[in-house]
Amino acid sequence: MALALPLQLVNLLAATLLLIAFAMLSQRRIIGLITLFAWQGLALALSTTLVAVHTAQSHLLASAGLTLLLKVILLPWIFFRLVRRLNVERDVEPVINIPTTMLIGIVLVIFAFNLAQPISALAGTVTRSTLGIAMAVVLLSFLMMISRRQAIAQVIGFLAMENGLFFAATSATYGMPLVVELGIALDVLVGVFVLVIFFFQIRETFESLDLRHLEKLRER
Amino acid sequence: MESGIALQLGQTLLAVLAAPLLMGWVNACRAWLSNRRAPSLLMPYRQLRRLFHKDVVLANQASPLFRLAPYAIFACMVLAAGIVPTLMNDLPFSPAADAIALVGLFAMARMFQALAAMDVGTAFGTLGARREMLVAFLAEPALLMVFFTASLIARSTALPTIVDVFAHQQFAIYPSLAFAAVAFWMVSTAENARIPVDNPTTHLELTMIHEAMILEYSGRHLALIEWAVALKLFTYSALGIALFLPWGIAPVGHWPGLPLAVVMLALKLALGGFVLALLETLNAKMRLFRVPEFLGTAFLLAVLGMLVHFLLET
Repeated sequence: MALALPLQLVNLLAATLLLIAFAMLSQRRIIGLITLFAWQGLALALSTTLVAVHTAQSHLLASAGLTLLLKVILLPWIFFRLVRRLNVERDVEPVINIPTTMLIGIVLVIFAFNLAQPISALAGTVTRSTLGIAMAVVLLSFLMMISRRQAIAQVIGFLAMENGLFFAATSATYGMPLVVELGIALDVLVGVFVLVIFFFQIRETFESLDLRHLEKLRER
Repeated sequence: MESGIALQLGQTLLAVLAAPLLMGWVNACRAWLSNRRAPSLLMPYRQLRRLFHKDVVLANQASPLFRLAPYAIFACMVLAAGIVPTLMNDLPFSPAADAIALVGLFAMARMFQALAAMDVGTAFGTLGARREMLVAFLAEPALLMVFFTASLIARSTALPTIVDVFAHQQFAIYPSLAFAAVAFWMVSTAENARIPVDNPTTHLELTMIHEAMILEYSGRHLALIEWAVALKLFTYSALGIALFLPWGIAPVGHWPGLPLAVVMLALKLALGGFVLALLETLNAKMRLFRVPEFLGTAFLLAVLGMLVHFLLET
């Protein structure tokens, strides 16, 4: 272990990201899910800041600030309000039971680590070893989107996937250009607004946010 | 060598004598956190004295195993406490027993406990023993995985070597230990019969696990078992300190560091006891059928720790 302290901290934060991804998989309550999402954003912003300071990449600082503003403050706040407005605070039963989901998660992590190894050997960045974790976070979030029936949980899974992609970009190439980052941030924000409108529509039609109701076709 | 043996005996004796104090501290913290007046810190000692003065009431059907079990359990716990370095890293017994042997010692104590609980043949004892085994067979592999994660980093399963690598060599952050620490906390709540797996203060038949097993014991047998429970909590706390917060444990042969090590140990145990009480106050006991899920999560986290070790730390 000859890494500098900031990079060790980045590794620790990367591990925290993975830990939070697993906690999200095992979380039954929607409020807990939103809180975990906020924590994941915070870990992401911190690690990006550390990488920015260590490698003197000033545009990474901007994207860290953007992450903090958007994913730690704004989006969780919107979701908290939404949950209170829509009254969906009770437990959600996942499609697959949680221990099985966690087992599949472990398999995904092994897959992601193996997949990332040759790629990170090619990358020239100091943070390349965390690429495997970033891919694992992406796959775990994807698994969460698949294994939940509740609309808000699926959207949080989608946003967590975006977190993972962001982290992958940081660890493999020190982040994308700022214009691209800004574009993605705006896309995410607009996407959430559109989905929130969808939530209200789904809720109005089916009296529930359970997406099972969408599987049945019916005439009105 | 003599100094090593003296230190070994001293550490074991310290664990045996201080264990009820830790129990008293945890109980006091729990009382404070729930706005009650705390019992004296010395309460567990008084209870032990009271129990030792009482006569033993034995069931008619009790076999010698039932009478032997408390001594066996207590002996296992004393041996376990002797393996974990608390003050100085110089334990002559440690080559004989490493972290895996420690898990075995805990398992042996648990086996005696479960057999003795079933021995008298009351419904509660059998129920408690079966629940205990359900919890234990899930907790044990998770505990082993936590030890393996630490052992992979230190390249040894001997606890003094692990402490030496973590505390006395170049400081490094090991992300895999973050996973191991969470898994260790989950396992230790299960193994020590604390909330959220078991409630140490309940006698409600629907929920109790550990208490159900010792319902038939009285007098000095009960005292030994209670003492062993306190000792187990102490050993687990010392293990947590040795694996995750080892700074302050004196290196081999570094006698001037000993007073500091005592102070640090006291501080860390006090902090650990408070955190345990805090977590117990904040959490509710979970349903028995949620426990396998809880411990399965602990196992997965420990496995994940190992995977992260291979990714980030090699």
